[in-house]
Amino acid sequence: MAVLLLADAQLDATAKAVTAAQKLGGEVHVLVAGQGEAAEAAKLQGVAKVLTAPGDAHGLAEPLAALLAALAPGYTHIVAAATSNGKNILARAAGLLDVMIVSDAIGVVDAETFERPIYAGAAIQTVKSSDKIKIVTFRTAAFDPAPATGSAPSEAASAAASGGGSEWISDETVKSERPELTAAKIVVSGGRGVGSKENFAIIESLADKLGAAVGASRAAVDSGYAPNDQQVGQTGKVVAPQLYVALGISGAIQHLAGMKDSKVIVAINKDEEAPIFQIADYGLVGDLFDIAPKLEKALG
Amino acid sequence: MKILTPVKRVIDYNVKARVKADGSGVDLANVKMSMNPFDEIAVEEAVRLKEAGKATEIIAVSIGVDKAQETLRTALAMGADRAILVQAAASVDEDVEPLAVAKILKAIIEAEKPDLIIMGKQAIDNDSNATGQMLAAMLGWPQATFASKLELEDGAAKVTREVDGGLQTIKVALPAVVTTDLRLNEPRYASLPNIMKAKKKPLDVKTAADLGVDVAPRLTVVKVSEPPARKAGIKVGSVEELVAKLKTEAKVL
Ligand SMILES: Cc1cc2nc3c(=O)[nH]c(=O)nc-3n(C[C@H](O)[C@H](O)[C@H](O)COP(=O)(O)OP(=O)(O)OC[C@H]3O[C@@H](n4cnc5c(N)ncnc54)[C@H](O)[C@@H]3O)c2cc1C
Ligand SMILES: Cc1cc2nc3c(=O)[nH]c(=O)nc-3n(C[C@H](O)[C@H](O)[C@H](O)COP(=O)(O)OP(=O)(O)OC[C@H]3O[C@@H](n4cnc5c(N)ncnc54)[C@H](O)[C@@H]3O)c2cc1C
Repeated sequence: MAVLLLADAQLDATAKAVTAAQKLGGEVHVLVAGQGEAAEAAKLQGVAKVLTAPGDAHGLAEPLAALLAALAPGYTHIVAAATSNGKNILARAAGLLDVMIVSDAIGVVDAETFERPIYAGAAIQTVKSSDKIKIVTFRTAAFDPAPATGSAPSEAASAAASGGGSEWISDETVKSERPELTAAKIVVSGGRGVGSKENFAIIESLADKLGAAVGASRAAVDSGYAPNDQQVGQTGKVVAPQLYVALGISGAIQHLAGMKDSKVIVAINKDEEAPIFQIADYGLVGDLFDIAPKLEKALG
Repeated sequence: MKILTPVKRVIDYNVKARVKADGSGVDLANVKMSMNPFDEIAVEEAVRLKEAGKATEIIAVSIGVDKAQETLRTALAMGADRAILVQAAASVDEDVEPLAVAKILKAIIEAEKPDLIIMGKQAIDNDSNATGQMLAAMLGWPQATFASKLELEDGAAKVTREVDGGLQTIKVALPAVVTTDLRLNEPRYASLPNIMKAKKKPLDVKTAADLGVDVAPRLTVVKVSEPPARKAGIKVGSVEELVAKLKTEAKVL
């Protein structure tokens, strides 16, 4: 028996899900259906086969969940990265198949037992599934990407996407030269303390100096300083870079849920009592408007 | 147009969850409980649609322990017209899985025939982010998840969704399931007169068995543990010291 993995639009997310899927024991088949490139998926080490289907380029859930459900009988597991598409589509597929979903798994104990964070990461739950087909999304921050050293064969899937009710109208994506937030080695994030959209340029400039991705707290996104796709936290993106630099962020549990597994955390905040200092490896108390430019300079 | 809003009673978002010493779960005894923040946003959106003359009736539904009545009263005080409690758990330690919640909601929806379901994208206790999608699948309805903007146009809803790459706008034919993201709106606080009025609004109580739904879980919780703690860090005195530490001690630059 084998594991069916739905490819994400982001190759890095797919590559991380492949690493997780290999721990389940069966062959890993990657389904490329409108999102992602079959040729790139075929190179991921550990992939036995790539299945292609004319899916939906916008990742609409109705046709893609129906496609997964149609292919399900040949598989023990249906998995994906826990991205916005993964969560949207796999939970619907679970509803179609009358099985539960294990969302945001961070560890594979065995083929039916998984670890996942609950309560904004305040607890780790180990759950065992008794379903005939196990549906799992994997948190990308918890797995390394599979290297692009393989060459799997490709074939057409035995079913096609179908099902309607929803229609794509438009996308508003922020084009950026910076690394993708969930794939970046360094992330520089700004919070409410940054004060305005104009001031957010300070965060971006420091990020560019470090070759880093830009992140933000919910307060910064709600206030319009940064776009929604930069939100880090319980309800935003979860990141675990080598270095996370938080400027003007207090450290609410909902924010920590998205970054506390970073290897090294630096916090810059003018309030020495800010909770972010409790989890920071290196804390610097002071005004970010003073420190950020100095830091940029010191980096040479 | 009739709108149904499922609301979940969860630990208040300001409370730090603590794992029980025996590893069976999170300690919910004597902890402040509130309406799931995403569900407050859902109720608010429904109430705004009613105030704008686009909706005629709002029904709030909660599934769980008897105390979830408090959460329903909050929804009624915010502006829902009536409420339904489905008793499916005897204690707060018994959580009902999204799959079972979706089946219970489906049974209620088949009886009530709403045109639109607005619910939270995730509950902040179990963070599954699944119930809305499962419900839409079971009903055979389209879904618009992670909504930050919702507009009704004849027979359809135009929804802007918060996705990994930014924003995506889609149109779903009604009836449909919409799940809320944080930036859809800012929920109101119920006023005292509305809290008083809510006490007189109808609240029906049913059981999962009445609806013929089996709530037996598919996932067994093997254990619940504390996440590994980070070791305490240090404060540095200057930018130069910080850069030196990052280079030589942490070796991340
Ligand atoms: C259901 C729910 C989900 C949520 N999900 C998320 C999430 O995914 N991500 C998230 O981030 N939040 C989330 N939140 C919000 C979270 O609770 C906090 O409100 C938010 O993280 C606060 O953002 P902040 O730290 O930027 O702002 P604040 O808490 O206001 O902190 C600002 C900080 O900046 C410092 N500061 C001010 N000026 C300066 C200066 N000049 N120099 C240096 N420091 C300065 C202050 O000392 C303060 O510590 C969620 C909340 C709820 C209820
Ligand atoms: C202490 C504890 C014990 C547990 N025990 C078990 C167990 O014995 N067996 C087991 O299999 N699992 C158990 N679980 C896991 C649990 O059943 C599921 O993981 C959990 O139900 C996931 O749902 P969610 O609330 O995160 O749903 P989400 O899909 O995140 O919720 C999304 C939305 O659905 C709606 N919704 C969800 N639930 C309700 C509701 N009850 N009423 C009305 N609307 C609702 C709301 O609008 C909500 O915003 C336990 C969890 C805990 C914390």
